[in-house]
Amino acid sequence: MKASAEFIKSFFISLWFMLLTFPILVIRVNTIEKVVEWRWRNMAFIGIGSFLLSFVWRWLLSRKEKGRQPAETGNVETLPLGRRLLAEPRIYRPALTALALFTIAFPLLFSSYQTNIMTTALIYVMLGLGLNIVVGLAGLLDLGYVAFYAVGAYSYALLNHHFGLGFWAILPVGGLLGALFGILLGFPVLRLRGDYLAIVTLGFGEIIRLILENWNAFSFGPSGIANISRPGLFGISMTLNEATIYIYYLMVALCLFTIFVVNRLQDSRIGRAWIALREDEVACQAMGIDKTRTKLTAFALGATWAGMVGVIFAAKTTFINPACFTFMESAMILSIVVLGGMGSIAGVILGALILILTPEYLRAFSAYRMLLFGTAMVLMMVFRPQGIVTNIRRVYRYGTKGKESRPAQA
Amino acid sequence: MSSGPRFDMDYFLELAIGGLTRGSIYALIALGYTMVYGIIELINFAHGEIYMIGAFTALIVASVLTMNGMTGVSVLILASVVAVLYAAAYGFTVEKIAYKPLRQAPRLSPLISAIGMSIFLQNYVLIAQTSDFLPFPNLLPVLPFMEPYSHIMGSTELIIVLTTALATAALTFFIKFTKLGKAMRATAQDRHMAMLVGVNVNRVISNTFIVGSALAAIGGVLIASHIGRINFSIGFITGIKAFTAAVLGGIGSIPGAVLGGLVLGWTESFATGYVSSDYEDVFAFCLLVLILIFRPAGILGRSSVQKV
Amino acid sequence: MDSVLTVNSLTMNFGGLRAIDSVDLEVRQEQIVALIGPNGSGKTTFSNCLTGIYEPTEGDIFISPTPGGRRRINGIKINRIAEMGIARTFQNIRLFSNMTVLENVMIGRHCRAKAGVLGAVLRGRKTRREEQEIVDRSYEILVRTGLADQADEPAKNLPYGAQRRLEIARALATEPFLLLLDEPAAGMNPRETDELEELIVRIRDEAKISILMIEHDMRMVMSLSNRIIVLDYGEKIAEGTAAQIWENPDVIKAYLGEDFHGDA
Ligand SMILES: Nc1ncnc2c1ncn2[C@@H]1O[C@H](COP(=O)(O)OP(=O)(O)O)[C@@H](O)[C@H]1O
Ligand SMILES: [Mg+2]
Repeated sequence: MKASAEFIKSFFISLWFMLLTFPILVIRVNTIEKVVEWRWRNMAFIGIGSFLLSFVWRWLLSRKEKGRQPAETGNVETLPLGRRLLAEPRIYRPALTALALFTIAFPLLFSSYQTNIMTTALIYVMLGLGLNIVVGLAGLLDLGYVAFYAVGAYSYALLNHHFGLGFWAILPVGGLLGALFGILLGFPVLRLRGDYLAIVTLGFGEIIRLILENWNAFSFGPSGIANISRPGLFGISMTLNEATIYIYYLMVALCLFTIFVVNRLQDSRIGRAWIALREDEVACQAMGIDKTRTKLTAFALGATWAGMVGVIFAAKTTFINPACFTFMESAMILSIVVLGGMGSIAGVILGALILILTPEYLRAFSAYRMLLFGTAMVLMMVFRPQGIVTNIRRVYRYGTKGKESRPAQA
Repeated sequence: MSSGPRFDMDYFLELAIGGLTRGSIYALIALGYTMVYGIIELINFAHGEIYMIGAFTALIVASVLTMNGMTGVSVLILASVVAVLYAAAYGFTVEKIAYKPLRQAPRLSPLISAIGMSIFLQNYVLIAQTSDFLPFPNLLPVLPFMEPYSHIMGSTELIIVLTTALATAALTFFIKFTKLGKAMRATAQDRHMAMLVGVNVNRVISNTFIVGSALAAIGGVLIASHIGRINFSIGFITGIKAFTAAVLGGIGSIPGAVLGGLVLGWTESFATGYVSSDYEDVFAFCLLVLILIFRPAGILGRSSVQKV
Repeated sequence: MDSVLTVNSLTMNFGGLRAIDSVDLEVRQEQIVALIGPNGSGKTTFSNCLTGIYEPTEGDIFISPTPGGRRRINGIKINRIAEMGIARTFQNIRLFSNMTVLENVMIGRHCRAKAGVLGAVLRGRKTRREEQEIVDRSYEILVRTGLADQADEPAKNLPYGAQRRLEIARALATEPFLLLLDEPAAGMNPRETDELEELIVRIRDEAKISILMIEHDMRMVMSLSNRIIVLDYGEKIAEGTAAQIWENPDVIKAYLGEDFHGDA
């Protein structure tokens, strides 16, 4: 009885989706040759697909409902298997060592094409970790993150083009300029409500891109800037292949640096203030936290990272134009953070690797890349807003628990 | 780009009418943003995509009909009706999938979900159709009595402005006098209270999406006829601009959306006509950023104190 | 005794609505003053004015954190007022629900610490010492408020009464000279209320903190307060000791229908 009702429900849902997608998915008109292409196969796919997915959807929804109840009443939380394994030193130590070795050996094991892809993924890891400070920790939805990325990239490209300045000199400059732009923008907008903040930052990002596109005298317009120097290493001249490997290691080092910094930040006084601010602004202020300053710090730090990664991006690709910095780029970085788990470092790394590498390696997916990003964002919000890796709160040493560090405790 | 801007009366009128036309379309789309925001406080980021899907559906239907030998106003009417129905269906479905499960979630969750939906729909159309710009047949009839004024205002412009006026009037009537409209206003005022007095809030929200999407589709058909070509990405910029219009007028307010649309349309038209046409979109974005920073409650909206 | 808080003819308007109408109030050192009144009489609005959440329309608020040091705090930002030493709890609990109990209290220590971004990243000796001090002090407060056992629980998992106590613990962590409690006993069972009463007395006697308390539980108000102030429709209709208030016909009238003497 129940099962048949479910079937009928799914049947109508599937019918609905077949009708809904009919004009876009089935009909394609060629206006030049004046022929209509009818793709009935798509309709069949949609019919079967939505029929099956509707069961999955309902099952996931009901599971989510059930999952909510014990969290409210009980405090018997069993850790998921993955986390229990990772908490075990015998398991995570060798795993971490293996991961480190693999990371180091990667360029030696794989072609320079593969290394290049990995470098790109690492660039997104770094961008994701930077945005994670803003969105994940401080809860500020920044949809114009790519603007700071563009600031970094263009500052390197232009300074390199006009004055021949090198990568290492500009890397901090890019970061500082990013921070400067972050503060300039953040100051007036950070008092806005969350959703308005999102839209203002989006508008700002678009303004920067449109200026870069149209102010030819400054930015060389849509054609962009080519022949940007690769990063140097004490003036040693490198072949293309060597340069690729060098940039890869550079990226690994910078990612480690980023992880180190973000990790320390999130367990600090400032980091706690960000998280508290995300949870309740009024209560936070009533505890003496300066809202504007704390938000601005997060915003500027995120922008600093974007600026630095921008410099690296320009140096890696040796060519940039405004089309590299569209809203879709911001959206991509955002979905990395959302997929991985807001506030969780491991999650963001995982999110970046999944979202960047899957379309690269599974060629079938590459056309569906952005579709994947969009879907990931919706599904994560609906079913798993905390992301694939849940950020667990740190446990501090205090009182009797801190015995080993302070034995003289009464 | 041979000469600078002209400063004669005809040119001024041309710009004014151009702004009015654009503004009307922004207003039609802004209505959807404003109604949804009024009821569930969500910036429905995917609304621009609904408008794009409306335009695409109209294009597909009109093309199939003309290829089968149909001509004239009947194509326009059929294509528009199908576009409106489909846009409404998409709006309804999007709400059910991406927003309804998030009613209790923190504020930013549905917004992120909406951004995801927007990206999804863009790419859905991109993959299923094409990334190229498609020529959109001008379905709007040429009105002979407008011939003498065509250098200032063509029939297309007139039809766009009139349609918008009519749609807004109908919407106002609908909200003021029908039962559903009253339920909408009650829900916008206080969702919890509305529920207590027996309003089916879920149904009201669904209907809001349906009505807003239908209006967006009308906007889609009009703008596509006006500009003459569409592709999968037209929803993004127009969506943001329409949202700007909604905020400009005071989000949540229906006359505000219309006023905001017109102000934005004129700003763009005069700025591109007299200042520089290169920065067309920059003007709109600057207006968006400035209004949100300095007067987030908009022209007609009232600012409110947060209750603690 | 010195007064730590002096409010002169405070008025707060919301558009056309006058939520507070020219109210005077004084809290002296180590006193417990109770602010009572029917629902909607403006008590919460009053505490919002004191803590900078609203800027009062008219009137003056003076504080004297140290004897002799007197300062007007109208229109000063919320966080600055907290730094100056007024801490508060909220009528509708506003904890950081996904943070642990200990972390909630640690947030209260924020304004008494200094480490910035650079300190956080470098984590030098000074920062580490400061961090440990924050943890230790916070834990100590948890011990004193009877929440130590749940230190590592997320705040949202605490029972209601404990959440109210955690709000107090968090406020204490800011080292206030004046503590504002907005209906601290609301929703508590009699046993929890007794514990709370004892806690409030201890806060005053041990930590030497003055207390302004908004409360509906008349038994608690009567037994704790040195002085009681009654608001009705934003106006102060009575002020005095428990016995004086108990007898005041205006007060009884304001509370009529609220079963004033009933639950005492
Ligand atoms: N932010 C605000 N905007 C408008 N009116 C408010 C606001 N805050 C409180 N009020 C009004 O002020 C009056 C006093 O409210 P409140 O201080 O919460 O009362 P109490 O705490 O004594 O129950 C009420 O009529 C309430 O509606
Ligand atoms: Mg109150």
